[in-house]
Amino acid sequence: MAPWLEAKMLGCERDDRQLFDQLSFAVGEGDIVRIAGPNGAGKSTLLRILVGLSSSYSGDLYWQGQPMGRARYDFLDNLLYLGHSPGVKANLTAEENLAWNCQQASRTEIFEALESVGLRGYEDIQTSSLSAGQHRRVALARLYLHPPKVWILDEPFTAIDKAGVGRLEQTVINHAQQGGLVVLTTHHDLAVPVKTIDLGSSDFKPTEREGGIE
Amino acid sequence: MWEALKRFYHRMGSPKWFFDISIKWSPWFLWIGSALMAVGVAWGLAFAPADYLQGNSFRIIYIHVPSALLSQSAYIMMAIAGLVGLVWKMKMAFVVSKVIAPIGATMAVMALLTGAIWGKPTWGTWWVWDARLTSMLVLLFLYFGVIALHNAIENEDMANKAASILAIVGTINIPIIKYSVEWWNTLHQPATITLTKKPTMAPEMFIPLVCTILGFYCWFAVWVIARTRNEVLWRERRTKWVKRYVSEHMQMTPSPASKGGR
Amino acid sequence: MSISPKPQLSLTATMKALFKRDILLAFRARGDLLNPLMFFLMVTSLFPLAVTPDPVFLGKIAPGVIWVGALLATLLSLDLLFKSDYEDGSLERMLLMPQPTLFLILTKVFVHWLVSGLPLALIAPLLGLMLGLPDGGYLPLFISLLLGTPVLSLLGAIGAGLTVGLRKGGMLMPLLILPLYIPVLIFAASAVQSGSQGQPFVGQLAFLGAYLAFTLAICPLAASAAIRISVAR
Repeated sequence: MAPWLEAKMLGCERDDRQLFDQLSFAVGEGDIVRIAGPNGAGKSTLLRILVGLSSSYSGDLYWQGQPMGRARYDFLDNLLYLGHSPGVKANLTAEENLAWNCQQASRTEIFEALESVGLRGYEDIQTSSLSAGQHRRVALARLYLHPPKVWILDEPFTAIDKAGVGRLEQTVINHAQQGGLVVLTTHHDLAVPVKTIDLGSSDFKPTEREGGIE
Repeated sequence: MWEALKRFYHRMGSPKWFFDISIKWSPWFLWIGSALMAVGVAWGLAFAPADYLQGNSFRIIYIHVPSALLSQSAYIMMAIAGLVGLVWKMKMAFVVSKVIAPIGATMAVMALLTGAIWGKPTWGTWWVWDARLTSMLVLLFLYFGVIALHNAIENEDMANKAASILAIVGTINIPIIKYSVEWWNTLHQPATITLTKKPTMAPEMFIPLVCTILGFYCWFAVWVIARTRNEVLWRERRTKWVKRYVSEHMQMTPSPASKGGR
Repeated sequence: MSISPKPQLSLTATMKALFKRDILLAFRARGDLLNPLMFFLMVTSLFPLAVTPDPVFLGKIAPGVIWVGALLATLLSLDLLFKSDYEDGSLERMLLMPQPTLFLILTKVFVHWLVSGLPLALIAPLLGLMLGLPDGGYLPLFISLLLGTPVLSLLGAIGAGLTVGLRKGGMLMPLLILPLYIPVLIFAASAVQSGSQGQPFVGQLAFLGAYLAFTLAICPLAASAAIRISVAR
């Protein structure tokens, strides 16, 4: 079976600097993949390239064996991407935000999802009056609402408190165990072994290290 | 056939190939263009008869008409180059699109200035809201937009793409803008003497005009090639071939050619 | 929690949800909606002060003055079209929905018109009254604004999309789209002029209608391409 997400000879140059070059990997069912590297190594850029928000790269991307250009809508159908600014509207309540972000969810499901991120009781409050961490949790609640197969998460643990981090970590692990794929950037060490794509070496020659989950 | 086309496309996409080959095209355009201009200007200014209505002032058409035509077609060329860049991801097309913009804007300014100079003796005033002049003014505005947008975006790749989209949208709208300005003009003004009355133009006035028009296009080609080569050198400044090229040419000229890349 | 197959979402359902969301957001930030209207009112009241309070003369220039005012007010409101969605990441989210982006853009533009263009058309007769617009001018004024302001929103969406990520985008945008507004201005103002002189104005309105159909066809596509570029920045 073809891997879900495959990159061949991916390269990206930004502002006259080679962020990464000849990066190839294939990830799929049950994988947790961590993009590692120091600040400015191009981790977020790589995620944006993977989801298709950035088109300034060389190389090829495949979704389930199909070139990304052709399989784009199928891929998007299976994708949950949380970027630096995760699309939480300050002037909407937590519930309204989720209702828009996950339109197929029922009211009860939204309440359950808010419960899962510890925001039960905040559903009627405009997110502008929530704290940064709570704001972030509203975005993370999407992970509990009809989650699609592929999660691409850019620094999901930012601004989350310790208890929240533990729960989020468990959610990520569960998702992978149930056959999902999680690609994330984080400086937090996960409790399980993960595949690592390292952009970090100072000579900007990314290597691929195999972790592997049994 | 298809293979040949594909090969051509790949070569056109290569900045080095363009840089090497274009130096061979330039002189041809320069000499043919200069010859055409010399013939057109001499004939137009010295030998063509004076206009029975406008006297000698009509002779400014030998500059006005070519620059007006060129500024319009340059806008379309800019948009087409941008479209090629967007669709086929050809970087060279973006370079060409970018370098055309200021040239086209210069042509529009020239057409407006010559139009005003002609307007003074003919209409008794420097500026009249004549349909052609107004259209030219709007075209200049369209150029301003593209240039301003390109300047505002720091990332070169994004700037190219954004400016191309604007140029394409502008091109689609140009016929509509022209039509509406002409319609507006007939509504508000009685027919005035216009600078170019094609049907009545005598051949001895018309042929030199054709010469200067073609001459302008040739010179335009020279200008575009020169600017494109400049831009290519700048963009490829870190490649080996550019470094080699520059070092070779530094030795040849006594004073280092240290003009800014752009 | 399990990975269940996601129920498929139809395009119309998404558009409806976006429509509801944008209306709600517009309602929550009512102050922002009033600004262009107040601007419209102020700009048009400058003309009697700057030119002359003579009602006959004002009546003559009223069609142009009101339309230029409406055009500038629209420019002012366009700055907000994509801005907050760009800043909080909602625009990224929309690009990553498994639906063609141009329909989402179209929905947003429609809401923008509902909350900015339509109010302009509604208060324009009041300004006509203040500027002494002759009686025949009111109907074409209202209809021309009804047909013309959506065109302004649609063309404006391209400019807003191209400049949304830029620090000085608000200043740049008018430069980009004002030239494109010229046909609307010419035909709309002429319709009002003709109407106030008791002449037929259907032709000009027909042009506006055709131009609306045309911009409806090309602008959402161009705007979504523009947004894709701006978001990639």
